[in-house]
Amino acid sequence: MKRLWTSAALLAAALLLGACSEKPQTDAHGVRVDAAPWTGTGAQANTGTPFTAPGWKVGDRASWQEHLKQRANNGQNEYTRIN
Amino acid sequence: MARMKFVCDSERCIECNGCVTACKNENEVPWGVNRRRVVTLNDGVPGEKSISVACMHCSDAPCMAVCPVQCFYRTDEGVVLHDKDVCIGCGYCSYACPFGAPQFPSQGTFGARGKMDKCTFCAGGPEANGSEAEFEKYGRNRLAEGKLPACAEMCSTKALLAGDGDVVADIFRTRVVARGKGAEVWGWGTAYGSQQAGTAPVNGGTK
Repeated sequence: MKRLWTSAALLAAALLLGACSEKPQTDAHGVRVDAAPWTGTGAQANTGTPFTAPGWKVGDRASWQEHLKQRANNGQNEYTRIN
Repeated sequence: MARMKFVCDSERCIECNGCVTACKNENEVPWGVNRRRVVTLNDGVPGEKSISVACMHCSDAPCMAVCPVQCFYRTDEGVVLHDKDVCIGCGYCSYACPFGAPQFPSQGTFGARGKMDKCTFCAGGPEANGSEAEFEKYGRNRLAEGKLPACAEMCSTKALLAGDGDVVADIFRTRVVARGKGAEVWGWGTAYGSQQAGTAPVNGGTK
């Protein structure tokens, strides 16, 4: 009878502690950091690829911003493009 | 600092769907997912208007606010992007978005909802810029190539403008001044929080 009670107690303890072995379900790593677009698309930072548009220096933020402004104006503003 | 924004000029949009095609081709978007689409208001009625709709990359993005796993992030350029490795496909962002931007591809035997997909402003995602992994998950990273989103650059009538907020606002302002009407730009106030946009000008446009 004593062995039965011991077995029951062990079984109950195992059930109670069962949740302790569960894997954590919280977001462990979070959102990864994204590289800035002005660093270019090359395999290494601050390099370009054949797809990189000419007219700006890869890795230079100011150059990239100015290039996109020029591109937006030249490509989308026909008031300055045509007149 | 550049703050990327979209503007759709409904006076110019001719519902050609060139922007939709450009987006699908550039990013190889799967069937059933439309990151961008053209919506026509009062179709067939004289004075109908069409607008090209996608993620507007809101200044205070509702999708970002409701996401239970915080998979969204905003870049320094104001582009709202998300991490597909964190997204659980719950769909809350879809209910929160005023533009219907979040899309959910059907995956699996029983059409289980996959991870959310949306317009990235052609800025890729949290993978190495221009990498194969970035392309497969998020599409092309044109911004890192020094280019603007394909939809806007492909727009034949230049109805859809994309780029630095100052530049696109200047372009649109020039058009409004030339036309003498139509200062309302659809979605601008909702996305970027301007009280002026979306309402008709009062007292000669002073409001």
